[in-house]
Amino acid sequence: MVNSEKITKIVLISVSLLIIVIAGGMVFSLFGGAIPSFKEFGLKFIVSNNWNPTEGKENYGALPFITGTLLTSVLALIIALPLSFSTSLFLGEYYRNKRISKIIGTMVDLLAGIPSIVYGLWGFYVLRPFLVSLGAPNQGFGVFTASIILAIMIIPYATSLSNEIIAMVPSDLKEAAYSLGATRLEVVLNVTVPAARSGVVAGYILAFGRALGETMAVTMLIGNSNLVPKGLFATGNSMASLIANQFGEADGLKLSSLIAIGLILFILTGIINAIGKFIIKKME
Amino acid sequence: MKKMKLFVPVLLFLFVMASCQSSNKSKESTEAGSTKKVALTAAGATFPMPFYNMVFKNYTSETGTLLTYGGIGSGGGIRSLTDKVVDFGATDAYLSDDKLAEMPGEVVHIPTCMGAVVIAYNLPGVDGLKLSDVLLEKIFLGEITKWNDPALKANNPGLALPDKDITVVYRSDGSGTTYIFSDFMSKISQKWADNLGTGKSLNWPAGIGAKGNPGVAGTISATEGTIGYIGSEYSFAMSIQTAKVQNSAGNYIDPSIESISASAQGELPADTRIMLTNSDDPESYPISGFTWIILYKEQAYDGRTPEQAKATVEFLNWLISADAQAVAPKVHYAPLPAKAVETAKQILKSVTYEGKPILK
Repeated sequence: MVNSEKITKIVLISVSLLIIVIAGGMVFSLFGGAIPSFKEFGLKFIVSNNWNPTEGKENYGALPFITGTLLTSVLALIIALPLSFSTSLFLGEYYRNKRISKIIGTMVDLLAGIPSIVYGLWGFYVLRPFLVSLGAPNQGFGVFTASIILAIMIIPYATSLSNEIIAMVPSDLKEAAYSLGATRLEVVLNVTVPAARSGVVAGYILAFGRALGETMAVTMLIGNSNLVPKGLFATGNSMASLIANQFGEADGLKLSSLIAIGLILFILTGIINAIGKFIIKKME
Repeated sequence: MKKMKLFVPVLLFLFVMASCQSSNKSKESTEAGSTKKVALTAAGATFPMPFYNMVFKNYTSETGTLLTYGGIGSGGGIRSLTDKVVDFGATDAYLSDDKLAEMPGEVVHIPTCMGAVVIAYNLPGVDGLKLSDVLLEKIFLGEITKWNDPALKANNPGLALPDKDITVVYRSDGSGTTYIFSDFMSKISQKWADNLGTGKSLNWPAGIGAKGNPGVAGTISATEGTIGYIGSEYSFAMSIQTAKVQNSAGNYIDPSIESISASAQGELPADTRIMLTNSDDPESYPISGFTWIILYKEQAYDGRTPEQAKATVEFLNWLISADAQAVAPKVHYAPLPAKAVETAKQILKSVTYEGKPILK
């Protein structure tokens, strides 16, 4: 009895330690790989908008990709916010446990299971021509198109978490509000949403993190031009998409610069998570 | 609690099973190795991949030598050879003198076939577009932005060019195809040479990027008004329109096996390191090039066996033979000219194992 307890403990501890070692090793190798690039360009690497891989003229700056990543992710979040918030209220409050909400809930979860390459294909062959017919420039490639696809991709992440939290708000609270004469809308706005807000915010942070790292669907639609986007409809590139595109042929300084961009993406994701945790704590 | 008790043995059991299986596998593979079947690994350029896929398979079925090729790009091929993880690499851009000096051993180049980089575009009903030096420069630098630009119209009388935006599509990943194209552009345009230069990836001023030859070809075929450069086989396979390109004699030439071959009529250096773009021959297609396989001159390294070295050189010797070269036109590559085969043979004869030549 005691023995099996011990074994279980040891197994669990060593597996958890292994994960820490793996994560630490990744940070370590990212740092190591990025050193030559930071040595060459210093902090200018982050603020320079020049990405020139031609031999003899090599010069690398991450600004176009940092702006591209942040712009598409923030825009995606803004587009996804009203859609997923309404959906989660519908599923978790208004039509809770009804058949229609089960069907819609399943559909939303299904969205999360679609591989990103399929989103990319749909965006490339369906959404992009549609936007072109509405007059979008650059054959429909650009930040805006990529953001729409990203928004659709992150909706299930934001929805299913906040939907569950909203459904979990104790009915005592709501009934108390009703007994005081509140209307349904007042109950939702003054009781349900405030009680569920930390969970709802957590859902959106999860969704935002997913948007930051998305690679395949973005690279198929953003246009992959290594310039700071000049507007919402301009082409650009994101950090993850640049790495996916260029690592294969890269060596020397270029490889180091790509690893440095990977490190920046890693740190950025960390910062976003920390901010999210901070907000959640404040709200509780 | 009961569940926990069960959980641990089950986990252990799975571990043991997994390790058993992997040790079984490794045993099998060593047994396969001892039956004298040599396996060769190669990686590199995607440009000649349709040709390599075909001939590698033929060779395996004829001789039993197992061949695997990874299309990871020219740069990746060079790096794999540097790291000594492949028996030979493949590249569309030859190694510069600096790069050769950096390699851990002496490296030789074996040309394997010739191909063209075509200017592919998508304008339904507009066939046989002719592009001069100046037009190519202005389109790819983003200075001409409309298909019905007066300069384009003047060069193509009789073609109904539409009032549409031109969208340039280029490679977003590093590529030998880009290298050949930019080498040609640098030769015909001073402005290009000054601003973009020659390289496997460039700092493009206009247009959109797509990944790999298949990515650029797919984007062009799906989008009206686009223009870009791709390996010729990709445009033939997807039946995308290609432009006639003006060569240095002033003639507008379609990419074809004959016009690609014509570009290699000049002298060839002893190490075959030469770019064939912008050839003097009046019949030549000007964006043509060799593609090479690279390997170490001394094959005894990293514990490679004499069998492995012998298989490598024998395969390459077969690859430049008439048998293998006859396959090239089927996938729209031009076979090597006779003198290139002769030069390549001399180079192969210089490859050694522990100082002794492998090929007699």
